[in-house]
Amino acid sequence: MEFLSFLIRRILWSALVLVGLSMVIFFIARVVPGDPARMALGPRASAEQVAALQASLGLDRPLIEQYQLFLVGLSQGDLGRSLLTERAVNDDIRETFAATFELVCFTVFLAFSLGVPLGVVAAYWKDRWPDTAVRIFAILAAVTPSFFLALLLQLLAGYVLHILPTTGRLPHEMEFVAGTTGLMLIDSLLAGRLDVFGQALRHLLLPGIALAAATMGQMARITRASMIDVSRQDYIEAARAFGVPEFLRVTKYMLRPSFVPPLTIMGLEFASLIGGAFVVELVFAWPGMAAYGIRTILQKDLNAVMGVVMVSGAFFVMVNLLIDVLVGFVDPRVRIRGRR
Amino acid sequence: MSAVEPLSNAYQNWYRFSRNPTAVIGLGIVVLCILAAIFAPWITPYPDHVGAVVDFRSRHLPPSAEHWFGTDNVGRDILTRVIFGMRISLELAFVVLGIAIPVGTALGIIAGYFGGWTEVIIMRITDIALAIPPLVMALAVAAVLSPDLINSMLAIASLWWTWHTRLIYSITRQLRTQEFVEAAETLGASKFHILFREILPNCVSAIAVKTSLDCGFVILIGASLSFLGLGIQPPTPDLGTMVAQGAGFLPENWWQSIFPGCAILFLALGFNLLGDGLRDLFDVEDVR
Amino acid sequence: MSALLSVQGLSVEFNTYGQTNQVLHDVSLDVPAHAQIALVGESGSGKSVTMKAIMGLLRQPPARITGGRIFYDGRDLLQLPDAERVALRGTAMSMVFQDPMSSLNPVFTIADQMGTILKYADRRLGRVRNARDRMLRVHEVLAQVRMREPDRVSASYPIMLSGGMRQRVLIAMALLSEPALLIADEPGTALDVTTQAQILKLLKDLVTQRGLALLMITHNLGVVRETANYVYVMSKGRVVEQGETAAIFDAPQSDYTRALIAAVPRLTGGTRYRTVVP
Repeated sequence: MEFLSFLIRRILWSALVLVGLSMVIFFIARVVPGDPARMALGPRASAEQVAALQASLGLDRPLIEQYQLFLVGLSQGDLGRSLLTERAVNDDIRETFAATFELVCFTVFLAFSLGVPLGVVAAYWKDRWPDTAVRIFAILAAVTPSFFLALLLQLLAGYVLHILPTTGRLPHEMEFVAGTTGLMLIDSLLAGRLDVFGQALRHLLLPGIALAAATMGQMARITRASMIDVSRQDYIEAARAFGVPEFLRVTKYMLRPSFVPPLTIMGLEFASLIGGAFVVELVFAWPGMAAYGIRTILQKDLNAVMGVVMVSGAFFVMVNLLIDVLVGFVDPRVRIRGRR
Repeated sequence: MSAVEPLSNAYQNWYRFSRNPTAVIGLGIVVLCILAAIFAPWITPYPDHVGAVVDFRSRHLPPSAEHWFGTDNVGRDILTRVIFGMRISLELAFVVLGIAIPVGTALGIIAGYFGGWTEVIIMRITDIALAIPPLVMALAVAAVLSPDLINSMLAIASLWWTWHTRLIYSITRQLRTQEFVEAAETLGASKFHILFREILPNCVSAIAVKTSLDCGFVILIGASLSFLGLGIQPPTPDLGTMVAQGAGFLPENWWQSIFPGCAILFLALGFNLLGDGLRDLFDVEDVR
Repeated sequence: MSALLSVQGLSVEFNTYGQTNQVLHDVSLDVPAHAQIALVGESGSGKSVTMKAIMGLLRQPPARITGGRIFYDGRDLLQLPDAERVALRGTAMSMVFQDPMSSLNPVFTIADQMGTILKYADRRLGRVRNARDRMLRVHEVLAQVRMREPDRVSASYPIMLSGGMRQRVLIAMALLSEPALLIADEPGTALDVTTQAQILKLLKDLVTQRGLALLMITHNLGVVRETANYVYVMSKGRVVEQGETAAIFDAPQSDYTRALIAAVPRLTGGTRYRTVVP
């Protein structure tokens, strides 16, 4: 029961944050010097053309009204029209979001499932060679810019060793349209095409590793610190005094309370993951939101840019909500008190 | 316990810090890079290559004695440009943090100490700002204004203060209930005094750690931005831009991308190691 | 009659920041079976280190036992192989921890924690019990520490219980496998005075009813008067005085003990001894 009220509180809060986000984005876009219509049409357009575009974009109405229109459109899922592609921004984004989403999900999976065990190993063998190795890895991973790592991986695995593909989601020759979920891995399984699944996975590996490395390192460090912290707690010493065997102390008593910091940090890391995804997508020619976002930015296609920002922001908020819920599930103190 | 000679605080700190080899390495790297950046015009072999110089006879020369890092596609010395590029990166970091830290700290202390509506408003705005991925924000700003270094700095700074606010806020809240603060209040100290003379000094170690780590992160984000083409424009040397430009010439003329990339790595590494060392030294837990 | 627990000439040193300090100098004390002994001293006197050495919880490094023996039931614990030493924990000698807030794992229920302890204690004793019987024993012990609703308590997380209840849970944990020796580390100091008094009374009743030996570590002289027959006074790593409780309070021999007693604030004003702490 207390879990339910905890859940509801978190959801309401996330909704509020999204509204706030929409306000910030909107006002940045509108309240800045420069005329979007003029920028879109270029210096050679006539005054009437500019005025017409302004009217169609609703730029001549008062600011508050513009915001209302924006919110209404937003709540209906309408992000406006892109000046560049002249299609609904919705359609543009829908096509590209799935690719980004799949990449990011795969990355999170890699980062967590590899990073946390590494941290546990490092904590258990503290100050001995496994610990040093993990820490070196974590530091190097954290300081290497993701685009640089992407380039290096491309160079190494693609050009030098020729073992993994370097661009795109599937080989050029392969025909497959990700229909149902937009996620190659899932759709290919649903369609029973194991060959597609295999290729999709191969194509995900390099960009996934490039993107996940830094976060993996962070996960390892945080888990290690958290495990060490927990190992110093009185209750672990108490368990030792009662003769609970070491194996159990580590795998049960220390592990569970240690999960919370890496989970929480994962939520914060997510912001840099979304940003990093942009860069990695470019290097690997991954057909995600990044290419679309960059193009529309350089062309000052405001509706599109706002769409991309809103979607990224919403994605971020959703993930953090999910993480909050997971944390509440693992740690009863958070459920009951709202904090540790 | 038998007699223990009390060691002075500074000596103890240095003893512990110097016991940590990675921390010392980090400090060394940071100092080296800052010195190199300051003295760039005097120590680089081809200082004029920073500008719009073109020397097609020397294009794409591999690393050699005359050009330690080789030359790029228009014949400029890469070593020189890398050092000047580091200068730009450091400038970016200092400007961004120079804005973000005071603003964030001030807001965090105020929110943490005064509580009530001030706290609620400040922290809610902070939470919303934290919901925006920094790179995405920078992209949005770049879309609206023109892409250049200053705008990038502003975009990043406009979000970066939130991390500091949150950190200082949580420290202040913990300190607020401690006795030395209550003692100062009972003695009638002004709010100003309490904030700046009692609470702030206790935040210094956390700020020091975070600043050091942040320098690294800001440099990485700045490099990513310029890699995407949204940072400083050519011909001014910027590490991210250089990597991007050199990417087209991989893998044959690898030195054009690899050396600037390694420079970014080196800078970020130094700040990270230093920050970690400081964190271990001050035993501060909540700082990322 | 030889004592159940006998510490003889224990010396321990600590190494921190490259400096070595002698923490215990030749400490000796005896705890006969069924007796109630107090170990008194201020912070830093070495009483916690002594206790940890007895339980085998001292981490070496940074500590190092440089001399002495600890006999339990005739066997020198310091010579025992680790496995046998561990086997004694919880089954022969149990600790009641000081801070009920931090000594219970926050993410597991009481039932889970006590059940786990019991399960492994049973294994070490060679006893077989299934899960249901374990829960029965857990509830039985919780009732012994005067918990009114043992099943509700055992299903709870530590955060849901009050400080006094948590302390009682800690005592219950110590009693699970019916040890012969109970070592109580400053019991109740983390609680308010009224609750502390209840806890101490509970401890005394349990110990006398079950004939357990009790070694109580404390800095609170009032507690000593209430619960112990025999007192060891420690200061700066040494035992400076020992004797029956009444004798110590009426006629303290060492200056330190006198200062300790004098330091207790009295309702009726005036101190019995005017001394300076050495």
